[in-house]
Amino acid sequence: MNESSNVADKLLNDVRLLRQKLGSDLHDRLAGALYHRAAQVSAVGVHVTGRPAVDWDLGADKILTSRWLGFPIMIFALMAILWLTIQGANVPSGLLADFFFWLEGHLETGMKAIGSPWWLTGFLVNGVYRGLAWVISVMLPPMAIFFPIFTFLEDIGYLPRVSFNLDRLFRWCGANGKQSLTMGMGFGCNAAGVTSCRIIDSPRERLIAILTNNFMLCNGRWPTIILLATVFVAASFNPAWSGIVATATVVAVTLIGVAVTFAMSKFLSSTVLKGEPSHFFLELPPYRKPNLLRIFHRSLIDRTIYVLGRACVTAAPAGAVIWLLGNINAGDQSLMAYAISWLNPIGQFLGMDGVILLAYIVAIPANEIIVPTMIMAYMAGTRMTELDDMGELATLFHNNGWTFTTAICMMLFSLLHYPCATTTWTIYRETGSVKWTIWSNLMPLILAVVVCASVAQLSRWLN
Amino acid sequence: MTLRLSELHPGQTGHVLRLDTEGSLRQRLLDLGLVPGTAIEQIMHSPIGDPICYRVRGAMIALRQQDARNIQITI
Repeated sequence: MNESSNVADKLLNDVRLLRQKLGSDLHDRLAGALYHRAAQVSAVGVHVTGRPAVDWDLGADKILTSRWLGFPIMIFALMAILWLTIQGANVPSGLLADFFFWLEGHLETGMKAIGSPWWLTGFLVNGVYRGLAWVISVMLPPMAIFFPIFTFLEDIGYLPRVSFNLDRLFRWCGANGKQSLTMGMGFGCNAAGVTSCRIIDSPRERLIAILTNNFMLCNGRWPTIILLATVFVAASFNPAWSGIVATATVVAVTLIGVAVTFAMSKFLSSTVLKGEPSHFFLELPPYRKPNLLRIFHRSLIDRTIYVLGRACVTAAPAGAVIWLLGNINAGDQSLMAYAISWLNPIGQFLGMDGVILLAYIVAIPANEIIVPTMIMAYMAGTRMTELDDMGELATLFHNNGWTFTTAICMMLFSLLHYPCATTTWTIYRETGSVKWTIWSNLMPLILAVVVCASVAQLSRWLN
Repeated sequence: MTLRLSELHPGQTGHVLRLDTEGSLRQRLLDLGLVPGTAIEQIMHSPIGDPICYRVRGAMIALRQQDARNIQITI
C-alpha cells in the first residue's frame, strides 16, 4: 500500500518536472504538430477534384438561420410537432385505455374467483393497476410520437441550428444556447430534458438549464392544459372558432412557459448562480440522411421506454395512495373528503379549490393522473375516473363552483408548480446535490403560489 | 493586415495568427485545428447577429463575437 502510493508520488513528481521542462505551450505545440502531420498525410492520400457546383448544406443554412425565416421556421416546426403529437396520440390513447380497463374487469372477476377479499382486490386492481394503466395510456402514445420526431430533427442536424439561432437570447440571460435543445426535450418529458442538460459544458449554465426545465410543459401536462382550454376557454367563444381558440390558448400557455424560463434563467444567473457567461462553442455538423434504425432505437428504447419505466415505478404507489384515501373512512367521511375540506381554504386563496390541490399533491409522482383523481373526488367515487363526454365534464366542474378564473389558475399552476417525482429524482442524480434538488422544487412552487394568488386576487377585484 | 476574427465579413477568409485566449476555449479551438496558419472563412451570422459561424478545415463552428474577438488573424 505504502509502496504503491510512494510510486504514485514519484510519478506525479516526475510529471511535474517534465511539464516545467516542456513549457506551458505543450498543448499548442502538440496540436500544431498533429495537424501539420495530418496535412502532410492528406496531401499524399486525398485528392480533391473541385467543389460540387451547388453547396446544398450552405443553401439550407442560409434559409434555416436567415434573419427573416430563421425564427418563423423554428416556431412553425415546434407547433407542427406539438400538433402531430396531440392529434396523433388521441386514438391510440383511447384504444390503450379501453384495453386496460377491459383487462381490469377481468382481473377483478379473477381475483374474486380465487377468493380475494374486496379490499385486496380494490387496493391492487382499482388502485395500483388503475394508476399504472392510466399513466401508460396517457403517456405512451404521445411520447412514442414526440420522441421519434424530435430525434429525427436531431439526426438530420437541424437542432444545432436552433441553438445557433437562439444563443443570443440565452446569452442575455447568462445562459447557454444549447439550453434550447434541453428545453425542446422537456416538451416530451422533463426527466429526459434534465438528463439532456449534460450537453452543456459549463456547470453553472447546466444547473440553470436543469432548474428551469420544469417550465416546459411535458407530455403528462399537455392533456390537462388541452382539456381546460377546450372545456373552459374555447367554450365561451363561438363554436366555429373553438378549435382555433383552444389551440391558441395552449400555444399561449406554452409561450408563457418559455418566457418564464428566460426570466428565471436571468434571475438565477444574476443571483444564486452568478458568474461570467462561459464560452459558446458549437459545431454545426453537415446535414445527413436520417438513419431510421438509429432514430427508432434512440427515441423508443433510450427515451420512451426508459422514461415510461420510471414513471410506472412512481405511478404504482400513487394509485395505491389514491385508492386508500378514497376507501378508508374516518367517521362518516373518507380520508379524501377530510383532506379536501382541510385544503379547500388554501385552494380558494390560489383561485382553485381543495380537490385540485389534493390532486396535485397525490399526483406528485406523475401529472397524468390529476384529472382522473379530480373527477373521482368530485363524484365522491372510490376509484379514479375519466369522463369521455366534454359536456358532462364541464357540467361536473360548473356544479362544483368552477369559474373561468379556476380554469386559468389551474392552467398556470399546472405550468409552474413543481417537477414530478421522476424529474426530481433525475435532478438529484444529475446534480448530486440535495440543496439544488430542494431548490428545483421550491423555486417553481413559490412562483406558482405567487402567480395563482395574484390572478385570483385580481379576478376578485374585477368582479 | 492583422484583424480580429470578429471583424471578418461574410465570405471573407483569413489565416489564424494567434489565440489570445486561455483555458478550455483555447484547448477546444486547438483541438479543432485552429493552429497558426489555418484558413478560416466567415460563413454567416445568426438571425439576431450573434453568434457567427465559421468554416475551418471543412467543419462549421459557431463562436460568440466576444470569443472571436480574441482570435488574431491575417488577411
